Amino acid sequence: MNAVPWLSLVVFLPWLGALLLWLWPKAPSGAVWTLSLAFSGSTLILGALALSCFDPSQSGYQFVERVPWIRTLGIDYHLGLDGMSLLLVLLTGIVAPLALIASLRRVARTRMLALLFLLLQGCALGVFLALDFFPWFIFWELSLVPAFFLIKVWGGPGAGRAAYTFVVITLAGSAGLLLAFAAIHGATGTMNFVDLARLRAEGELTLRLAEYGGTVPTLIFLGVLAGLAVKAPLFPFHAWMPPTYAEAPTGVTMFLTGVMSKMGVYGFFRILWPLFPGDLRDHSGPLLLLAMGGAILGALAALRQTDLKRMLAYSSLNHVSYCLVALFAAAGAVRGQIAAVEPALAGALVQAFNHGLSASALFFCVGVLEARGGGARGLNDFGGVRVAAPLLSLLCGVALFSSLGLPGLNGFVGEFLVFRGLFALSPWAAVAGTIALLATALFLLTFWQRVFHGSRSGVTAGAFADLDAGERAVLVPLVVLMVLLGVVPGLITGLINPLVTHWAASLPLS
Amino acid sequence: MNADYGELLRALLPEALLVATAFLIVSLDLVWGRGRSREGRLQMAVLMGALGVIAAGVVICQDGVLGFVWDGTLNFDRLAISVRVGVLVLTGLSLLGTLGGRGTDQPAEYVALVLLATIGFLQMAVARNLLMAFLGLELASLSLYVLAGYDRTRPESAEAALKYFLQGGVSAAMLLFGFSLLFGLTGSIEFGEIARALVAQPPTALGAVAIGLILAAFGFKVAVAPFHLWAPDVYQGAPTSSAALIASASKLAGVALFWRLLWSGLGPSSGGAGMGISGPGGWVTMVAAMASASLVLGNIVALVQSNFRRLLAYSAIGHAGGLGLGLLSAGEVGPGPMFYYAATYGLATVGAFGCIAVVERNGRCETLVDLAGLRRRSPLVAGCLAVFILSLAGIPPLAGFFGKFVVFAVALRIDGLGHPAGWVALLAIGMSAVALYYYLLVLKQVWVVEAEVESPRIAVPTMAAWALVATALALLFFGIFPSLLLGLF
Amino acid sequence: MSLLPWIPHLTFAGALLSLAAGTRSATAARVTALGTALVGMVLVAIGAVNFAPTSGLQTLVDVPWIQEMGIRYHLAVDGISLTLVVLTSLAAVAGILFSWTVEERVGEFFAFYLLLIGGVYGVFLSADVFLLFVFYEIAIVPKYFLIAGWGSTRREYGAMKLVLYSFAGSSLVLAGVLWTYGAGGADGFSLSALAEAATRLSHIETVVVFGLVFFGFATLAGLFPLHTWAPTGHVAAPTGASMLLAGVVMKLGAYGCLRVALPLFPDGFTAWQPVLGWLAVAGIVYAGLIALVQNDFKFVIGYSSVSHMGFVMLGLATGERAAVGGAVLQMFSHGVIAGLLFAVVGRMVYERTHTRDLTELQALPLHRLIPGAAGVFVIAGLASMGLPGFSGFPAELKILVGVWRVNVWWTVWAGLGVLVAGAFTLRVMQRAFFGQAGTDAAPVAESSSLAPLSLPEKTGAALLLGSTILIGLKPDLLLDWIMPALQSPAFHFAATKGGP
Repeated sequence: MNAVPWLSLVVFLPWLGALLLWLWPKAPSGAVWTLSLAFSGSTLILGALALSCFDPSQSGYQFVERVPWIRTLGIDYHLGLDGMSLLLVLLTGIVAPLALIASLRRVARTRMLALLFLLLQGCALGVFLALDFFPWFIFWELSLVPAFFLIKVWGGPGAGRAAYTFVVITLAGSAGLLLAFAAIHGATGTMNFVDLARLRAEGELTLRLAEYGGTVPTLIFLGVLAGLAVKAPLFPFHAWMPPTYAEAPTGVTMFLTGVMSKMGVYGFFRILWPLFPGDLRDHSGPLLLLAMGGAILGALAALRQTDLKRMLAYSSLNHVSYCLVALFAAAGAVRGQIAAVEPALAGALVQAFNHGLSASALFFCVGVLEARGGGARGLNDFGGVRVAAPLLSLLCGVALFSSLGLPGLNGFVGEFLVFRGLFALSPWAAVAGTIALLATALFLLTFWQRVFHGSRSGVTAGAFADLDAGERAVLVPLVVLMVLLGVVPGLITGLINPLVTHWAASLPLS
Repeated sequence: MNADYGELLRALLPEALLVATAFLIVSLDLVWGRGRSREGRLQMAVLMGALGVIAAGVVICQDGVLGFVWDGTLNFDRLAISVRVGVLVLTGLSLLGTLGGRGTDQPAEYVALVLLATIGFLQMAVARNLLMAFLGLELASLSLYVLAGYDRTRPESAEAALKYFLQGGVSAAMLLFGFSLLFGLTGSIEFGEIARALVAQPPTALGAVAIGLILAAFGFKVAVAPFHLWAPDVYQGAPTSSAALIASASKLAGVALFWRLLWSGLGPSSGGAGMGISGPGGWVTMVAAMASASLVLGNIVALVQSNFRRLLAYSAIGHAGGLGLGLLSAGEVGPGPMFYYAATYGLATVGAFGCIAVVERNGRCETLVDLAGLRRRSPLVAGCLAVFILSLAGIPPLAGFFGKFVVFAVALRIDGLGHPAGWVALLAIGMSAVALYYYLLVLKQVWVVEAEVESPRIAVPTMAAWALVATALALLFFGIFPSLLLGLF
Repeated sequence: MSLLPWIPHLTFAGALLSLAAGTRSATAARVTALGTALVGMVLVAIGAVNFAPTSGLQTLVDVPWIQEMGIRYHLAVDGISLTLVVLTSLAAVAGILFSWTVEERVGEFFAFYLLLIGGVYGVFLSADVFLLFVFYEIAIVPKYFLIAGWGSTRREYGAMKLVLYSFAGSSLVLAGVLWTYGAGGADGFSLSALAEAATRLSHIETVVVFGLVFFGFATLAGLFPLHTWAPTGHVAAPTGASMLLAGVVMKLGAYGCLRVALPLFPDGFTAWQPVLGWLAVAGIVYAGLIALVQNDFKFVIGYSSVSHMGFVMLGLATGERAAVGGAVLQMFSHGVIAGLLFAVVGRMVYERTHTRDLTELQALPLHRLIPGAAGVFVIAGLASMGLPGFSGFPAELKILVGVWRVNVWWTVWAGLGVLVAGAFTLRVMQRAFFGQAGTDAAPVAESSSLAPLSLPEKTGAALLLGSTILIGLKPDLLLDWIMPALQSPAFHFAATKGGP
């Protein structure tokens, strides 16, 4: 098992697929489909393999690969897997191929699109698995390139501007990350996440950073925060999100919301928290405010949207913000609140996974509607879809209710855990959160009611086919998983509980 | 006076040879040249002149350093020998340049006059008393006045000659007056004794006047501001090879003469450190001021010139400032750097005028625009001209660069910025940067700009071509191996 | 190792040969020039492979030259010079490849080109300041002729401005060096002799002389506010010359600062340090902002060069070993990337579309008409932005590591500079190549026949792209040379604690 670099395979197989596609300019459409899906699907296969060999009770990293890379800078090529990264790798393995199928349908220049998509997938996997800043940052930044082109070239009319904004704002945050880690490197000689976490635990890191004096340690913290906050996104750095999700083509949006947004959340858990627990605790109040603000804003803004895609974009903001809410609340925990920390953290991870599933499913459904409607995707453009396309309604309905947090579906588990922890950790946040929950319910139900119920109107008035084979291939797996995980949440929680316990135990408490 | 006429004759054999050659040329032309073409007569004259120059040069090299001759009247030291050889080389090149030019109606007399001027230069290099100095200076100057006005087809030539003569006459008068004052003050005309006498005396107002007058004459000879007014007109008006001679050999000889006069004769009044009277009260300050004025004036006014020859004149004025700087530092380190600068400057100038002569032969060469498209018309001339201009600009690896470098270096070596020479050196560096602009303007015309009108190809006469290439190569060679010249001292 | 001293002279000989070959045919001249550059590259490669990094300069040739002045013909190399020599060889070959389509007076073009390259090689290999200066000035005049003779926009003005600024800068250096030689009583012009003489200067003299020498070299490096010649000159120059000028010649200035100014006058450096850092930062941000609003493609690249050189100068200004190492790496990285960018603008785009106006280019679907050029520019642009995976990233990282230790505000502004660089690169990428992406506009009939990339273009691009990616993924290849060289006591770096 140890001889084979499994994690490198996970990351680079999609890139290999991209390379093969590049070297084959005249590839016929069938070949493009097969090749790209094969390499994209390799992630799920390898992820499942890893799952079978994974030992959740072990608190460290497994399948570790670590070789010195740039000696003069003290940088290693370091990949490793723990419960959280495994979860996200699995999520990527599920969402990516489905998003790819959604992207490749009925577009021009499929080869280029598939190539860029595989690049993007590889980058996302690299982010989830890299444990040294240098390779991690390579994947983090490089992911912007295929994303930019995917959005701009295959997207809607405002795609160019949206892509540009997306990249520039992310770069701004990344500049902060770069500066912060340059400072960390200067003080400690390393940028390795594992080593730095250890230094923090021993108390060394604070000392070293304090050598800079003044406000520099705080600036470093803020720099890392900025880089991650832009990606997650944390309110108020979310401005790029709604236009980008709305203008990007459906499959790309599925991947953006399903996987890429988790990159930001992952960053908070993997980097910000282990390296700066003290700062995070000290600033947990304002940060909690921002995250909750994002959740509420997301829900309320979604309520006002008539463009379905924008509505879902804001909904994503809302759902992802819950993960951050949980983290910030947990980070600010005081001694008596340990018992509440574990559910909060567990809830954040579960929510991340489940949101990935339900959001991508929902975006796909809107994509289906848009395709049927010849580009129209307004709330009021459809009506009575339930009558015209029962299967679509069934599957979409499940996704909607999962997103809403209906018990019995996967969305409920995450939200329940988060709120359970929140009530103890920060009651006011919990109360505020319920407002968001209400608003979410409202717009989702409005969606459900206007589009699917009532008499056939608008686009639905004419010919409106139900799901075809390809569309079924995308939605059915997602919905099945949603149901399954709603009924048997232990599949996920079993994976991450030991990890969460370990985290809770190592909290610096005030 | 223990006069050893035999020794004197042997020492002055080169001059005698040149006199003989001059007479020979004139006689031969009378006898043989009647009815021959202008070209033929010119070639014969130049050939003979060149032979005479070469013979003189060989004699000088064979004799080597002779030391004091004729009871200390003449000094054949290293500088003298080097300058004599240098002058002969430059004269030879000017004569060969004549072959490339438009020619003249009386070639034999022309060459004879050139040789007579050369004799004057040779004398200037060895003079060790006031009278011999004046003699050499005047012999050279008178010949040069006539040479400047030799072109009877152009009124500018006559104007140039007249201006040169008038200003030269005034400067000669001032020099003589200064000399007489010096004699009155010190009781001797010999440099060494003058120096000794000056050490014993306190500085007087009369002495200062004498020095001032002498410096004025120096300024005139080398075209240092504010005595430079003749230069633009003479460079523009005089026939090309005369201008070449004036610009090169005359400067070299003049600088050598005044070096000897000022340092060995008037050294105690220099005002430089460690030379008797300390403090900036002596002629060092005055020369520094003149050099600075030259550098600034020459280079700035050159920026706006559109006539190539006037541009060269103002650049010469700028370079004269550099020569003055070399003179200043020669008190500390000897005349090596000064000689190098003057000699290589002379080579570059002779070459530049040689190129002008060739271009003139086939058309006009007055303004910069007349040079346009030279690249096509004659790659040889264009290439050589580029070398000469770049050497004047001070671009390595040409000799002009090293000349400037060594002069500036030794100037700063004296006492950093404690000595006026240091400041002048910094100014000179700055002015070099300014100068590059107008040199590039010339090169732009030669190499970049295409001619407006279809201009014919220029055929360069063989001897002239060889002379130009040899000069260019010499500049490159001395630039890469400057020790060959510096090591002479 | 022992073959390196031949490279400058070989290149000069190649210049003459190209001139001669040009009288026979244009192809002969091109082949001769390329052959010379390739031979140079081979010699460099041999030298590089045999190089064992040590902390001091390793002498290659040391013979007395002009004994009257104590000047020696002294060539030496250390990790820093070798890095830049490697860069020169890459830029030379690539530049010649991208100048393959020069039609007029080809022999002369390549003669001047090789003369310039020979001078540059000489500067990097010199250990005697006089010799360095000679090569430095040899490199000046060919620049004028290359730009004035074969350039484009306002070429005569651009050429004159560039050359006069360069010469003025070198005059400042000359003044400073001669002052040190004179007032300090040096017994020669070697680095050690001048360093020793510099210790005999008074404090105020040291400060002034450092200013002269540093700013003299910094002019050529494009330090704000002495940078104004660079955009004009680089835009006016023909493609191959721009590649060389922005890619390598600007590095001459930074190298001079590092090799001559910093080691010789440490007290002067300390006095000037705050000014230098702020000027560098100002250059990064100011040039970047100007690039953001340009409408001429080439001007964007021209200003971006000034901005990136600001990073180099910032690294030097910190006086921190890590940052200076990063600065040298950035010199290499930017040299390669700038070459690529100018190649795309000049050769790939302008020669085909005959326009550099971004508004006009935006109307053309260049990403479909010349996809090869689009691809190259995307990658080069990303590299220029400092994207990880390319050589700019480790360089900027190292610089920032050092800058943090010296001045927090410089770091913040430098970070802003990184952001602005990202913005203007994306903007120009969008406008020039992807203006019509996402639309299905059919290519306009007459421009649908844009020629695909030729073999010289592809080779040159591959060479440069390969270099930036290789060093981006394995910067140790160069850092293993550079960092030991910076251990030399000549550089007066304080021993740093915590981190390399």
